[in-house]
Amino acid sequence: MQIAEQQSVKTACWSCGADVSGPLCAACGKVQPATEQDYFAVFSLPRRLSLDTKVLEREFYRLSRRLHPDLYARTSELEQQWSTEQTSLVNDAYRALKDPIARTEYLLKLEGMAIGEETTGKKQQPPADLLEEVFELNMQLEEMRMGGDDPQLRSDLENAKKQFEAQLAQADADLAALWAKWDGALAEGDLTAQMASKEEMLALLDRRRYVRNLVRDVNAALDGQSGDAPTP
Amino acid sequence: MADERIVGIDLGTTNSLVAFMQGEHPVVIPGEDGVNLVPSVVAMTGADARSFVVGNSARKALVESPERVVYSVKRLMGRGIEDVHEELKLFPFRMAEDIGPGEVLRIKLGEQQFTPSEISAHILRQLKRNAERYFGAPVAKAVVTVPAYFNDAQRQATKDAGRMAGLEVLRLVNEPTAAALAYGLDRKKEGIVAVYDLGGGTFDISILKLQDGIFEVIATNGDTHLGGDDIDNLLIAIALDDIQGELGLDLRANAEAVQAIRKAVIEAKIALSTETTSRISVELPDGKKYQRELPREAFEQIIKPVIDRTKGPCRQALKDAQVTPEQIDEVVMVGGSTRIPAVRQLTDEVFHLAARGKKPHIELNPDEVVALGAAVQANILGGGSAATENMLLLDVTPLSLGIEALGGVVAKIIQRNSTIPASATEHFTTGVDGQTNVAIHVVQGEREMAKDCRSLARFDLKGIPPMSAGLPRIEVKFLIDANGILHVSAREQRSGQEAEIEVKPTYGLTDEQVESMILESFDYAEQDFAERQLIEARNEAETILTAVEKAPGNAAWQQLSEEERTQINMLADELRVLRETGERTAIQASTEALDKATRRFAELMMDAAVSSAIGGKTMDAAGENLGEAPTVPHPFAPAEIK
Ligand SMILES: [Zn+2]
Repeated sequence: MQIAEQQSVKTACWSCGADVSGPLCAACGKVQPATEQDYFAVFSLPRRLSLDTKVLEREFYRLSRRLHPDLYARTSELEQQWSTEQTSLVNDAYRALKDPIARTEYLLKLEGMAIGEETTGKKQQPPADLLEEVFELNMQLEEMRMGGDDPQLRSDLENAKKQFEAQLAQADADLAALWAKWDGALAEGDLTAQMASKEEMLALLDRRRYVRNLVRDVNAALDGQSGDAPTP
Repeated sequence: MADERIVGIDLGTTNSLVAFMQGEHPVVIPGEDGVNLVPSVVAMTGADARSFVVGNSARKALVESPERVVYSVKRLMGRGIEDVHEELKLFPFRMAEDIGPGEVLRIKLGEQQFTPSEISAHILRQLKRNAERYFGAPVAKAVVTVPAYFNDAQRQATKDAGRMAGLEVLRLVNEPTAAALAYGLDRKKEGIVAVYDLGGGTFDISILKLQDGIFEVIATNGDTHLGGDDIDNLLIAIALDDIQGELGLDLRANAEAVQAIRKAVIEAKIALSTETTSRISVELPDGKKYQRELPREAFEQIIKPVIDRTKGPCRQALKDAQVTPEQIDEVVMVGGSTRIPAVRQLTDEVFHLAARGKKPHIELNPDEVVALGAAVQANILGGGSAATENMLLLDVTPLSLGIEALGGVVAKIIQRNSTIPASATEHFTTGVDGQTNVAIHVVQGEREMAKDCRSLARFDLKGIPPMSAGLPRIEVKFLIDANGILHVSAREQRSGQEAEIEVKPTYGLTDEQVESMILESFDYAEQDFAERQLIEARNEAETILTAVEKAPGNAAWQQLSEEERTQINMLADELRVLRETGERTAIQASTEALDKATRRFAELMMDAAVSSAIGGKTMDAAGENLGEAPTVPHPFAPAEIK
């Protein structure tokens, strides 16, 4: 555990004074202090949601090869620190963008939307069209918890699992369709359509999160675990 | 400096090694005794806490002053007194009595006390000296390996040890990742690789993606309390059960006997890696001899519960990496315990190897591969060479980082398996009007409640301008660097003030404390190197001569033949004369000859020493612990007691 001073933002290269627009000075090649940037900007991408993760990975490797602290072990302490900050920004951005759900959540947050459980804080309501299935599932899970592990119950749970997994797959497909809607509205500069697709994505993410939690609970019940991650 | 040498160090629980890149290949640098492995044993030889010996010479010191010797200190790095109860039952650590919860441990050596980092610093300094002797030039920078599953405090303690030893630790590299680098050098391969690392005390599993020279770790998992030691303890329990059953003799509290049994079972275990049967054979205190035939089949049945515990972390790592066993292209085996055929079979089963016509990689010595990989990383940090061109390592943090929120619940801010460096920014505010302090508790781990996770540090954000509750907006940035070590910075955004932070690291040392523990070094850069080497050669001569002078007082001396004793005395006389000359190489050659002549004597002494080393209160506890252990079922042939 160490403590570091935060660096202030600069616009001219600290070394040669040339104008700087990226992590490295185009004129002298020196690493620059990290500036506040959104994750799309880190990869010089528009805020589009459909993206080729293979291309993203290539770009991630390319940036890593130029910014990683391993390449700055022989430079000044300050340059090492900047390389660490620049690389952490690239890593954080790559982590958020490569995963479809994290990417969507990040975009919505960037666009000022309040996301899911972390901000609402209240217990999520089941989606209206799933009320009946959820009610039945909860009964079965309760029975399992009480110690009733008979073959019938197990097969009921297996069926419920399949059903909710299908729901999850459907949500993913729906999400991809909403991405296209967002990307189109973004390209056309249609703010109304952008807002509409954001609202739809937000609702879909809520639904997806709910279904995902159900699948996790069923899996935990079938494995006979509490669902808690193992600890070292 | 182009020719500045950066070494790679494997700071192990049982043995440590130093390696460097010689041209295209990493090589291990041997110690003065010509052996690659330096036992991780440290002994204080003088009363003033300044003279220390490390490695085989420290093991020799076990004879005369076991209370001044420490081994397996890696188990204590970055840990608190409440973490080490199990360790204290099994290892003869003598801890200071006044260590409070959350404090850095202190180990007693004679009248003095030392932190685990200080003890490790002596091992690092010995490796540094070995490298300097080999190069004939100073060494000041190193890459040091740590178990992938080491937490922040354990990593910081390792880095501190480097600083105390006069080594700048350029990078901490995870052991399985280092092993992958060592293998990756020869085979510029693409694909997904699993590294299975089962050592003496820890287990790590890492899954990497190799592409165009990039080694990207995608998931890691492990168990810091799982290794070959657990296997030894099971076999010991069986032997003790046998002896009690047959003779009514309870040896659990007899530290000397337990240690003799430990030695015997380890020998039997090692034999079973190549033979289909072996024999545990040990002399008992009453003169009887305990013998047990140990067929490999029986051995495998006994150790199954232990090695099966590696399956869970493997499966979790596969799951986190989002790959199936079939997608693993290669499996690399690291650590001495992977010599056990049943362990190889287990990896075969977990990763479906034989079914796919594959075999785990065992080409590189599992005891050396980590140090070799550290040397590769050292070469990369030094600017690289033709052999390492284009190689870049992208590692991950093994444990999630979180902050304790209301009700003791953990809010995770950086998930495990995030590529490092990684960062997270969090905003905090006040709950009471005019509040000027906010306390933050940072933890590491996967559990829901802060009390079940590892406490890293408690911070106080101070100097917040007095405002209405909820109005201040304090931005705190958490950054895990490429070593896996956390850094924190903070700023109050409404006033634009940098918030002052006072960190109380749990189980850690402050900068000032580390500074005060820096070992008195002989700094080669400041002195003429040749002169320094001569002094060192004379010191070594002095050490062995002193030992020879004391030898006749030891029982082991009488076990030597008349011829052996005459030879030793003659060589000692010769060295006494040479020592006074300025002929360094002659002194060294003579010292070496005398060392060789006394080797059998040293072995005889050591056998006697191993048992007396366990004399402290802790080994009594070791006996008790074994007594509590569940009796191991072993439906095999009865033991013979003669
Ligand atoms: Zn410039």
